[in-house]
Amino acid sequence: MLTHASSSTRRGLLAFGIALALAAAAPVRAAVAPPDTIAAPRAPTGLVFADIANDAGRAMDLSWTLSPDDTTGSRTVTGYLILRGPTPGGPWAVVDSVPAGTRSRRDEGVHHDSTYFYRVEAVGPGGRTLAGAAAGPAIPRAAWFNSTRGSVFAFMALFFLLVLYYMYMAQSGRKPFVRRLAGIDAIEEAIGRATEMGRPVLYVPGITDIDDMQTVAGLVILESVARMTARYETPIRVPVAYPIPFTIAQEMVRSGHLSAGRPDTYDSNSVTFVSPQQFAYVAAITGIILRDRPAAHLYMGAFFAESLLLAETGFSTGAIQVAATANVPQLPFFVVACDYTLIGEELFAASAYLSGEARLVGGLKGADMLKVAIVLVVLTGCVLETFGIHGLTRWMQTQ
Amino acid sequence: MKREIPLFLTAVIGAVMILGFFVPHPWVSVPTDFLQQSAVIVVAFGYVLGGANVLRVNLEGIAKRDRDWPYRVVLIAGMLVTMAVGFFVDGPRFQAPGTPSIWIYNNLFATMNATLYALLAFFIASAAFRAFRIRTLEAGLLAAAALIVMLGRVPLGDFLLRPLTDHAGLPEWLRTTPLGAIQDWVMNVPQNAAKRAILIGAAMGVMATGLRVILGIERTYLGGGD
Repeated sequence: MLTHASSSTRRGLLAFGIALALAAAAPVRAAVAPPDTIAAPRAPTGLVFADIANDAGRAMDLSWTLSPDDTTGSRTVTGYLILRGPTPGGPWAVVDSVPAGTRSRRDEGVHHDSTYFYRVEAVGPGGRTLAGAAAGPAIPRAAWFNSTRGSVFAFMALFFLLVLYYMYMAQSGRKPFVRRLAGIDAIEEAIGRATEMGRPVLYVPGITDIDDMQTVAGLVILESVARMTARYETPIRVPVAYPIPFTIAQEMVRSGHLSAGRPDTYDSNSVTFVSPQQFAYVAAITGIILRDRPAAHLYMGAFFAESLLLAETGFSTGAIQVAATANVPQLPFFVVACDYTLIGEELFAASAYLSGEARLVGGLKGADMLKVAIVLVVLTGCVLETFGIHGLTRWMQTQ
Repeated sequence: MKREIPLFLTAVIGAVMILGFFVPHPWVSVPTDFLQQSAVIVVAFGYVLGGANVLRVNLEGIAKRDRDWPYRVVLIAGMLVTMAVGFFVDGPRFQAPGTPSIWIYNNLFATMNATLYALLAFFIASAAFRAFRIRTLEAGLLAAAALIVMLGRVPLGDFLLRPLTDHAGLPEWLRTTPLGAIQDWVMNVPQNAAKRAILIGAAMGVMATGLRVILGIERTYLGGGD
């Protein structure tokens, strides 16, 4: 039944499309009523255009008043043609067609800073109306700043200034105090345990490509982890899902061995490309977990449904597991199945903790200060909304 | 120069991409779109490296007769057969219905994928068993919240709990409020607040990492050596 209805709809649309095409192919002329009863529709009126704000000047909004003949149940109007031309006198090109009852359309085929004129014509079985007056000149303008993103720009600028300021302060000797995170300390503990047991360390940098900042953070931590494993002469296994992170992970592990002064212990097979397919990746890692029995599993990056498959398989082998992700829905799975879990921003802060470099640690304080600013803005917003003042809320809304 | 050129490119491209978020003008949006599309080409070359690594690692494993090496034979055979069918049998039509490539995808790959995904149900059960063992106050709160959410999401929940809640000794609001409404409150208020706090923190972590990379403060990804 559904198939029948769908095919009927398709046939209807096809017939409408053919009617519009025939109408468009006909020369523009006065309405000519066919010999039978249906008259040509009267023209739509009130065509107005509006440039779209905050865009690249690639679209123009059009709206009009329906033809007086375009009423419910009437068969006089079947649709409208939207015509565009460079001058009020044409030449005209049909840029779109819309069914009866439509009052607006967005023309996305324009170029910025060009001049256009528009007409809308009603089409029906009785013919095509004489074109009304053209609307124009319409000139789509390209914006130099998306004003709906002003709040984002303000917060980003504040954030960058704070981070840079505290980095500078840390570099000049005023390194801020950083509370230790149990999960970070557990990484070295887990590697030490793997060394004692003579088993490898498994490092999983997430399942997303390099365009996800969690993968970047995971790869940055990998360098510190590889340095520790090189120092302890413990093998590390790094299965990677995407080719670009794969090449970076190779560099990270090699760099870690160089930093530890043990370039000779670098194994070019320690980093392996697996597959971007989620469950193929899971199969490969669970295979490593069950065959090689690593004593420490470090999951650092973006994870999805595979998080529990990996962590539960790892749990069954008795390995120490440390996970870090900013994917909130996966956090409960890691909390349940892993010994330590770094939550959200702790993943991004981990490289600063592990390296201890003053500028990186200073950056953490800059982020904390912005959090204070955000809390203040949220509280201010709550108070303003309570008193019916919506300016701050509107400013914070982005497109 | 091995480090300076990548650092310079990272800084320039990073700054252009940030600018592209705020400036819609074609002078900025066209280069940013081009850069994003160019990434596809880089990734394509990356897959060649990845494929070569898969072959090298597994062929070495077979040659050394590593543990479970026959699986490596299956992997390489699967990879080569799939590639050969795609390149030499199907050609550009490899995604068309009825081709051998689609048959391999639907009948081998998709079924194995679904099998592995189905294991998640068992893992959730075992993980939930551990998570809901009430040994501390926090674990008790977690278990209570989970019970409310799980029961509140199904119509059967109210029916099952009615004998417990339909008790004269309980407060009026508790007897009259449906479990679904309590579940909604748990999800929309405390759960959402905690989730947003984590997301705000993570977003700042993303920005901080991006800033460190663009400014060249975080440069470990360039590897060692000069």
